[in-house]
Amino acid sequence: MTTAEQGTGRRGLPLRARLASTVSRTASALSRAAGRGDGSVIGGWLGLKIDPDLLKHLAAGRQVALVSGTNGKTTTTRLTAAAMGVLGEVATNSLGANMPTGHTSALARAGHTPYAVLEVDEHYLKQVIDATNPVAIALLNLSRDQLDRAKEVAMMAALWRDAVRECDSHIVANADDPMVVYAASAARSVTWVASGQRWHDDSWVCPACGAHIVRSGEDWACAGCELRRPVPQWRVEGDAVVDPTGKHHPIVLQLPGRVNRANAATALAVAAQFGVDPAAALPRLATVTSIAGRYATVERDGRLIRLLLAKNPAGWLEAFDMAEQAPTLLAINARDPDGLDTSWLYDVDFSPLQGRRVLITGERAMDLAVRLEVNEVEFEYVPTFAKAVAAVPPGRLEVIANYTAFQDIRAELNRVN
Amino acid sequence: MSTEPSYRTASPRKSGPRHLAEGDDPYSESALRIVWLCPDLLSTYGDRGNMLILARRAYVRGIPVETIEVRSDEPVPQQGDIYLLGGGEDGPQALAAQRLNANQGLHRALERGATALAVCAGYQLIGTSFFAKGTKCAGLGILDLTSDRGPTRAVGELAGEADPALNLPTLTGFENHGGRTHLGPGLKPLARVSTGVGNDGTTEGVWHGKIIGTYMHGPVLARNPALADLLISWATGSPVAPIDDTWPNRLRAERLAAIR
Repeated sequence: MTTAEQGTGRRGLPLRARLASTVSRTASALSRAAGRGDGSVIGGWLGLKIDPDLLKHLAAGRQVALVSGTNGKTTTTRLTAAAMGVLGEVATNSLGANMPTGHTSALARAGHTPYAVLEVDEHYLKQVIDATNPVAIALLNLSRDQLDRAKEVAMMAALWRDAVRECDSHIVANADDPMVVYAASAARSVTWVASGQRWHDDSWVCPACGAHIVRSGEDWACAGCELRRPVPQWRVEGDAVVDPTGKHHPIVLQLPGRVNRANAATALAVAAQFGVDPAAALPRLATVTSIAGRYATVERDGRLIRLLLAKNPAGWLEAFDMAEQAPTLLAINARDPDGLDTSWLYDVDFSPLQGRRVLITGERAMDLAVRLEVNEVEFEYVPTFAKAVAAVPPGRLEVIANYTAFQDIRAELNRVN
Repeated sequence: MSTEPSYRTASPRKSGPRHLAEGDDPYSESALRIVWLCPDLLSTYGDRGNMLILARRAYVRGIPVETIEVRSDEPVPQQGDIYLLGGGEDGPQALAAQRLNANQGLHRALERGATALAVCAGYQLIGTSFFAKGTKCAGLGILDLTSDRGPTRAVGELAGEADPALNLPTLTGFENHGGRTHLGPGLKPLARVSTGVGNDGTTEGVWHGKIIGTYMHGPVLARNPALADLLISWATGSPVAPIDDTWPNRLRAERLAAIR
C-alpha cells in the first residue's frame, strides 16, 4: 500500500484517511467492473464510513472551487474544470455525483492534483464548504425542483446565506437571480455575473423582507428593502463574454443556448479567481462537448437526434431556447428522481413550441397531452422512443426529457455520453 | 407572463403579475371573470393550471372569459365570478391569510354568492384556523372547518367518490400536505376517500354552496374536467355542453388504473 500511495502522492494523509481512500477507490473500481454504475457513490460512501473526515483530508492541499445551483451546475463544473486546466491538473466530479460521497470518490480517484472543481448539490453546500475550504464558490440560481420533496426556494436561499457568511471563500454569483443575490450578499467578497434568469416565478417575493420584487428589463429591486440587482462585473453580450475590464472575449462553445454562454462567463469568472486569463481559457471551453448525454447528438436511421435534459420548470424554459426549429419529442416520467407530482407542467409555458411538429412519449405522456391541449400546442402521442424516431423524416430530431425519461432514451442510444 | 392562451382577453401580461390600482375595475360586464388570488404566495403546485383550464373550457363553448391574477398586496376585486386559491408553503400561507383577512374582499365576494375553488394551503385558509410553522393561525373563517398537523405527511395519489348530489365521476388528484382538516357539523365533504388521505383518511375536501375545497392537485381540474364544468355552470347559472375530452379521459383512465 505504501508504494501505491507514494505513486499517487498521498503520503501526507493520516493512516486512517489513507486506508479509507484506498478502500474507496477499490470499491469504486469493483462497482464499475460489476457494471453497477460509475462507482462514485459506493466508493465515497465506504471511504467516509472508515474516515468521516476523509473529504477534508483529501481536499487539504488543493485549491478548490465549488459550483452549486438548481440548474446548470454539471455543465458549469465541466466548463470551470476546463478553464482551470490552464494552471494544471484538476480533480472534478464530472459524472454528476454531487454529494459528499461523490466528492470523496472523485478526489480519491484523482490522486494528487493542485486543483479541484466540485459540483455540489444545493442542499449540501455548507457541509462541503466546511470540508473543502474552497477558494471560490459559484452560485448559479435557485428555483423550484421536485415539488414533493425539495425545500422551499426562499429557505434554501437562507441556508446558502448562512453558509457563505461564515466562510472565507470568494463568491461568484448570478446578479440576475434575487434569491442568489440575497444569499451571496452576506459574503465577504463577491464577483457578480449577469447570468440571466428566464424563470421568475420563484422570486416575486423578496427573501429578505417579503415585499415584492419589481422588475424592469433586466434590472430588479425590492420594493420594501435594500435588496436590488448588483452591478455585474461579468456579462454576456451576444456571442462574447465581457470581463471586468470591459474586454470582449468571443465565446465558441459546442454547447447550445444563451444559458451555456452564461455558464461559460461564470466559469471564466471563477477561474479568474485562481489567476486564469480568460483568453487562455477560451480554447479549452470550446473542447467541452456533451456531459453524461446532455446535449449529445446521435445519428440513428438517418435522424440526427439531439438530447436536452430538463429537470424542472426553469430547465424546460432553457431547453426551448436551445431547441432548433425541428420536430421535437417531449418525454415525461414521474418516478422518484423526477418527483412524483406532475403539476409543475402548468408552471411551464409550452407556447414556444407552437407551430412546430411536437411528439410526446413517456410514462406520464397523458399529463403532458392535457397540458399541451390547454396550451394550444398540437402534438402526436407515440408509445415509444423508437416509434418517435420512425415517425419523423430523416434530419434533425430534438428530444427534451426529464430525468428518468432522459436516462431511458440514453439507454436506447447505447448510453451515449 | 406569456402568450399562452389566445383566449386570455384581459390585458395579457408580458411579464409578471398585473398591478391594480385602488378602485380599478378592469372587467367587462359580459365575460366570465376568473380571479386567481395571491399567485405570488400560493402557486406551488401548478396552480396556474386550474385557471387556464377553466378559461379554456369556457372559451371553447363560446363563453367570453377574462382571467386576472391578483397579487397578495393588491385589493381583491369584487366582481369576479370564480375565485381561485392555490397551494403554498407555511410562510406564504400565513402571509396570505393576514393579507386576505385585512382586505376582506374575498369574504364579500363569496357572501354575494361567487364561486370558489380552494386547493391545499388555500383550502386550509378558508377555514377558521390552520397550523403554519408550528403555530396556530387564524384562517379566513369563510367555512366552519379547522386544520391541524397530522402524524405523517400525506404524499401520493388521492382518489374518491364525490358526493352523489354533485353527480361527478370518481375524483383523482395528487396530494402533498402535512395537515388534517376537520369539518364543522354543518359541512359536507367533497368526497369519500378510496385511495390516499385527504382530510383525515376517510373524507376529502369540502363542498358548501358554490365553494369547493380540496387537497387534490395535479392540478385537480386537469384530472377532473367535470369538476371544472361544474364550477363554470355554477358561475354562469346554466349547464354547459359536452366538449371533446379525449385526452383528459385518457389521463383519468391511466391515473385511476395506476391506483387499482
